[in-house]
Amino acid sequence: MAGSSPRATAAVENLRRICEQELHGQYELEVIDVMLHPELAEQEKVLATPTLIKQLPPPLRRVIGDLSDSEQVLLGLELRQVIQPPLPTEN
Amino acid sequence: MLELDDDDAAVEKLPTGMPSFDIIAKGGLPKNRTTLVSGTAGSGKTVFAMQFLAAGIRDSGERGVFVTFEESARDIRKNMRSFGWDLAQWERDGLLAFVDASPDPHIETVVSGSFDLGALLARVEYAVKKVGATRVAVDSIGAIFSQFADQSVVRRELFRIAAGLKELGTTAVLTAERVDDYGPIARFGVEEFIADNVMILRNALGDETRRRTLEIVKFRGTDHQKGEFPFTIATDGGVVAIPLSAMQLSQKSSNVRVSSGNKELDAMCGGGFFQDSVTLISGATGTGKTLSVAQFLNGAGEGERCLLLAFEESREQLFRNAIGWGVDFEQLERDGRLKVVCDYPDIAGLEDWLVNIQAIIREFKPKRVALDSLSALERIGTVKAFREFVLGMTSFIKHQEITGLFTATTASLMGGTSITETHISTLTDSIILLRYVEMFGEMKRGLTVLKMRGSIHDKGIREFEIDGTGMHLGGRFKNVSGILSGHPVHLSPADLERAWSEFDTQMGRRETAASAPGSERRTGGERRRPT
Repeated sequence: MAGSSPRATAAVENLRRICEQELHGQYELEVIDVMLHPELAEQEKVLATPTLIKQLPPPLRRVIGDLSDSEQVLLGLELRQVIQPPLPTEN
Repeated sequence: MLELDDDDAAVEKLPTGMPSFDIIAKGGLPKNRTTLVSGTAGSGKTVFAMQFLAAGIRDSGERGVFVTFEESARDIRKNMRSFGWDLAQWERDGLLAFVDASPDPHIETVVSGSFDLGALLARVEYAVKKVGATRVAVDSIGAIFSQFADQSVVRRELFRIAAGLKELGTTAVLTAERVDDYGPIARFGVEEFIADNVMILRNALGDETRRRTLEIVKFRGTDHQKGEFPFTIATDGGVVAIPLSAMQLSQKSSNVRVSSGNKELDAMCGGGFFQDSVTLISGATGTGKTLSVAQFLNGAGEGERCLLLAFEESREQLFRNAIGWGVDFEQLERDGRLKVVCDYPDIAGLEDWLVNIQAIIREFKPKRVALDSLSALERIGTVKAFREFVLGMTSFIKHQEITGLFTATTASLMGGTSITETHISTLTDSIILLRYVEMFGEMKRGLTVLKMRGSIHDKGIREFEIDGTGMHLGGRFKNVSGILSGHPVHLSPADLERAWSEFDTQMGRRETAASAPGSERRTGGERRRPT
């Protein structure tokens, strides 16, 4: 995130809530301020803030925004299986 | 207070290190401002943006940051090698830094809620401070619109980045895509509002050839030259603009005469060609244009170098023919007095030819330049591009105090004018016509000096012959009229007499009307009769 904007604060709060609910506290979260550590943003090739990078478990996934849409976050991080609609049966 | 003073000062220009562009921009890009460079795909935006940085690094010790949204930094490093710019070395030396914001196909990104591009801004600032950059290039801002769905966010963030670049004290070039060479300034319709200044690079297709032009649309608060200027992208120099208006202004004029290589022709021209003049020789195929060129080159003084640009014949053909007129090109080349550039005109565009030829002239420093023929070059470009080529060539040659001789081929064997001639006759100082004249079952050749700026010249149409030692001018064609129109009419002595007496009567009448004694004028007329 960039600085301590309301958007950044909201993103952290939203993420903690999601993680508590879905992962039952089994997570590790590192918050980086790109204003203080632009070299890390450069290294990770991040453009948008806030950006959530899921490093483990693989695959590597990114979600950008204040994470207000929990469903999108879970889909983006591939922490929830998408319920596939049944395939149409062949006649 | 100090800030107020700074704001009051006129817009300062930053010389870009692209001399030809700086002429058009009247000094360079406005300093500490952002300039949008918009163009269609392949119009040279990335090259221009990188050249802006490269010129700063190479010429004025200014450091640069290149922000890329489109190509990866790796690709750009590779592509720019062809211009002789070793970006990797500059990066190692701390003169250049990349901010690689190109899309990474391996990273999947999902959007959830609102966001900004704060990280990008932080990275740009970080890079600028790290190398101490005063020049920044952003390529291209259109590509970032396609990376994010929410365009209002991108728009807002681009404004922030543009403002940030100014706050950092940098002069920035932002590139943007256009859909058409003639249409809206840029694809998303907002790009031009992000930057202070707008310029357009075009690569328009016309008559099956592409023509690059550069136009400055607006420079906020400062002046620039208006209209489209042709440019080319040269492998050793990047974008080379061709500011025609600037070249025209700097022409000098001398009264020094040089030999055309033919004494009789010199006499017809009032003593020879002017040293810094350009002469056009026009004629049908086989009338002796290339011969005139050979004589012109052979007529150079001791220690003077000559350049021959041959677009019509192969080297071997040319050399063999010259031997037939007593001119040994091979020997001249061995002596270092002659350089022959022999190529198909189609291998390059007219702008490229102009830049190439100028480079050759600068390097070889000839006193005489002959081009055989303009008509061959005319075929490869549009009328406008061709005019610009001739204008560029003539002004460059004159500026360097070089004597130029261009040839043009007429389409019809007898008489007529070539298209080349009509387009460029006003650009050359002198025009010499070579024409076939059909007389009593025989083709004879005629020569006339049609115009010669700033000099008296023989107005007659002179017969000439070609033998193993070159061109020999004879007397005037007698008893023939209509040679130049291509319909020679033979007049018997009786016809001539009648024509002249008619003339005298007319003159006499006019004199009488003016109540002046006509007899003297009549004898004046008598004297003019051919014998």
